[in-house]
Amino acid sequence: MTEALDVFALHLPLAAPLAAAAVAALRGRAVAAWAGVAAAVGILAAAVWLARTVHAGQQVGYGLLRADALTAFMLIVIGAVAAIACWAGVHHLAAEAAAGAATAGTARRYLILVQLFLAAMSLAVLADNLGLLWVAVEATTIVTAFLVGHRRSRASVEAAWKYVVLCSIGIAVAFLGTVCVYAAAVAAGGHGAAALDWTYLTGHAAGLDADLIRLATGLVLVGFGTKAGLAPMHAWLPDAHSQAPAPVSALMSGVLLSVAFYAIWRYKAITDSVIGPGYTRTLLLVAALASIAAAALLLISQRDYKRMLAYSSIEHMGLVALGTATGSRLAITAVLVHVLGHGLSKAVAFCGAGQLLRLSGSSRIAAVRGLSARRPALAVVFGLALLALLGLPPFSLFASELGIARAGLAAGQGWAVAATFALVLVAFAAIVRHSTGILLGPPDPATQEPATQEPATAPTLAARPAAIVPLAVGLAAAAALGISLGPLNELLQTATDIIVQDR
Amino acid sequence: MTDQLLNLACGLFLLTAIGVLWRRELAALITLLTVQGAALTGIAVLFAVDHRHPEAFVVAAMVGVLKVGVLPWLLRRVLARVPEARETAPLVNVAASLLAAAALTLLAYAAARPLVNLAPSPTARAAPVGLAVVLIGFLLAATRRRAISQIVGLLLIDNGVAAVAFLATGGVPLVVELGVSADLLLAVLVLQVLTARLRAVFGRTDLDDLRGLRD
Repeated sequence: MTEALDVFALHLPLAAPLAAAAVAALRGRAVAAWAGVAAAVGILAAAVWLARTVHAGQQVGYGLLRADALTAFMLIVIGAVAAIACWAGVHHLAAEAAAGAATAGTARRYLILVQLFLAAMSLAVLADNLGLLWVAVEATTIVTAFLVGHRRSRASVEAAWKYVVLCSIGIAVAFLGTVCVYAAAVAAGGHGAAALDWTYLTGHAAGLDADLIRLATGLVLVGFGTKAGLAPMHAWLPDAHSQAPAPVSALMSGVLLSVAFYAIWRYKAITDSVIGPGYTRTLLLVAALASIAAAALLLISQRDYKRMLAYSSIEHMGLVALGTATGSRLAITAVLVHVLGHGLSKAVAFCGAGQLLRLSGSSRIAAVRGLSARRPALAVVFGLALLALLGLPPFSLFASELGIARAGLAAGQGWAVAATFALVLVAFAAIVRHSTGILLGPPDPATQEPATQEPATAPTLAARPAAIVPLAVGLAAAAALGISLGPLNELLQTATDIIVQDR
Repeated sequence: MTDQLLNLACGLFLLTAIGVLWRRELAALITLLTVQGAALTGIAVLFAVDHRHPEAFVVAAMVGVLKVGVLPWLLRRVLARVPEARETAPLVNVAASLLAAAALTLLAYAAARPLVNLAPSPTARAAPVGLAVVLIGFLLAATRRRAISQIVGLLLIDNGVAAVAFLATGGVPLVVELGVSADLLLAVLVLQVLTARLRAVFGRTDLDDLRGLRD
């Protein structure tokens, strides 16, 4: 009986979003939007069930799908962030419709694509086969392309084009790496699709050709690193994240980047058991420092608050890369907590930025002044989300950044940690400077509420206090995670073991 | 006999990639890409004949339909809607890009050493050809200014990776190949729609226009 339920939980993260996409194709906007929320909750429920099953290091496998503790943890991240983004999306779509910015057709397309996006991300973390993992990650690029180009303006077409071309080319490099791993596995006696199974590869790592794995690792890091937004392959990210609708930016920033990183972790586990951890460590350290430096420097001169959030994502992915490079148990546990905390905080920040955009009609920082006087609730939520992203307690990014730094120091990477956190401080100062202008200060009379001039849109802009609720829930979750890991602790330890591969 | 045919297919595969750098007419690029697809199909068929495995024949047939049939047809449809027939001002001129292609081919032979050393069979020794095409695809995508040229660059990269997969391993498993082909087809469809939108908002498909978003 429980085994049947295990298999059901293994397929639910794929089936629930597909079902919600079908609902979106058939039913009206409101029903479909709530069906999307239900699908996200379904992913979360399946993740919790799988986490209970796999806690002691077992796996659940069926066909090409398999779940271990790392899969379950990533599904929790996807489900939690998706629940917030879809819930905020209900209000986003209602406000767009009320403002006349979206027709029934665009809303339907939006809802279908978001659900396909969720299904593709779930498939990426559930696939046992590294080829299938690649297929799922590339599928996320395809389904989100039209979400990035949603508004059909010059800027959004430009962003969508760059996104598809850069990510497809980047991920093609990762496929070349996958082919190299397959060649090594076939040479070592592997056969057919099973030779690309992650479980097979970690079990037979001793027989894999070291030179070929070294070549493959470089290619895979560049490829999935492009998708994870690591510098210098990050050029698509600020454009795409700033042009996509707010809930989609939340998903791309909060989950998609970490799903690409999940692929890097899986390959790292194989590489480390073949050629030792030194090689991936060096490559990841370079990528980490480059990403954080690029993010910090570009944050200083930022004039657009959605791009500011996008660069903050590059900074946080740099921290994840730093912790992954360190590779000790403490570092990896901190990295996993960081991924969940960043996902929650960034989802709240982007969805808050979406409301800000609707309020002010512009994503320029200079166009918004004195939000706390005009929309106190939104100002509090947006401000707290920024504080969470800056790594202040009680939010979980404080604990995880501390953990990454401590692990780095313990591993003798003092210079890297010092350089990183000096740059993080620069980014901190830049974000604080930009956001105090948005949140505090007197309202600028020149950019006063468009509502006063356009009474037709006044109801949309005035009401919707309910839209704050999902954001508050996300913040509460990020704070709770910062105070105690609670039942997640055991799952995190098991997931860490999978990445560290008993060293 | 099979060896000779394989060498012929590999040679044709590399030559078409260099030809893509040489020509500027967008229609000629698509023709060359079709020929390259045929060469790739030839490689896949030779492997299938060699191994007599039913799965290999399915993969070969799929590669043929996709690379010789569907993808060139899609590109021609894009070209029919976009009146620009020529690459006007590539970032790097033709002579320089041909020299670069020669350098990239040498680089590919150096980089593919681990693949060649793995199994010193005649097929694995040809694997650097695929890698060279991947690098030439990068060069094309980075230096050409027309939207269609960039799509052709992306397809060259994909053809190159597929060739490496066939030559070094006899092709990736069927289930992976199915997924990869579906992704590639969808990506080209997405790019086709985006090309139309580019033309709708900018009036042409010159990628130099894509500079509104920067810091």
